[in-house]
Amino acid sequence: MSLWWWVLIAAAVAYATKLAGYLIPRRWLESERALRVAGCLTIGLLASLTVTNAFVSGSSVVLDARLGALAAAAVALLLRAPFLVVVLSGAVAAALLRLAGWG
Amino acid sequence: MSRRSPVVSQSLGLSVATGLYGISFGALGVAAGLNLWQVVALSALMFTGGSQFAFIGVLAGGGGGVAAFGASALLGVRNAVYGMQINALVRPGLTPLAAQLTIDESAALALSQDEPRERKLAFWLTGGGVWLLWNLFSVVGALAGQAMGDPKAWGLDGAAVAAFLGLLWPRLKGREPWALAVVAGLVTALAAPLLPAGLPILVAAVVAAAWGLWVPEPGRGGTPRIWKRGQA
Repeated sequence: MSLWWWVLIAAAVAYATKLAGYLIPRRWLESERALRVAGCLTIGLLASLTVTNAFVSGSSVVLDARLGALAAAAVALLLRAPFLVVVLSGAVAAALLRLAGWG
Repeated sequence: MSRRSPVVSQSLGLSVATGLYGISFGALGVAAGLNLWQVVALSALMFTGGSQFAFIGVLAGGGGGVAAFGASALLGVRNAVYGMQINALVRPGLTPLAAQLTIDESAALALSQDEPRERKLAFWLTGGGVWLLWNLFSVVGALAGQAMGDPKAWGLDGAAVAAFLGLLWPRLKGREPWALAVVAGLVTALAAPLLPAGLPILVAAVVAAAWGLWVPEPGRGGTPRIWKRGQA
């Protein structure tokens, strides 16, 4: 089978998976416990995505220029900077650290 | 809280940060052996970064189409979890469109908002914004990526780190969210060497959901809600 078929099948399955989430009955989410779980899920996912983006490279955990991006973003957040400034500070920190030859 | 809702600038910031990352996907996709239109098809139709990177990662590592498909499908499972949570924000007629825009960024930003109106706004703005910019920059990456060199030199991966921390930050009020965030982060780091890329995120999600089920909410009495009858 050509690569094109796998591209299209994989895309179709990705969409079907997304849609499946919506077909779960709405009332399941209206209990207090479900809301509590949803809140915890949000924090867990955001923390996991932060760690993944900051420290994971392929299948290993590494310290590189992205650590500087994380630190710069934390400082910007402590200083109550707007979101765009936080994002930019992360990019600038990573780029500068690499320019200086680290990570 | 300030006078103006920060949702719009948050959505824009996240769309730009994520969209720009499409450059690396486009460049890496071509390097893995896809042609321009296959890169475009993945970004427009599959539209879920983790699965897309998994797909080209398997190809680049020498795997075949079926293995690439398997890795991407597995990684997309977390989008079903997002859809379950986003469902309440979407009118039934818009479900097919919303499903396509259901990704890490749109779900995370929507669920980070407290007001239902802002949740809705965050979901559609971020989903639409990321889709447009992700596709645009995937093409840019596929066409000019090799000439540009490594997107990391531009700090794009650092921008993504900062964006996710910026989303997490407002949620870390009090000791419990911090504890949960640290646990989720540790689980991710410990699982990363053991599981295919992207799955550690799903493991952390499961741990966080279990936390929500079995750890009693602070200030709500000591009885875990799981023991209350008549809620299932």
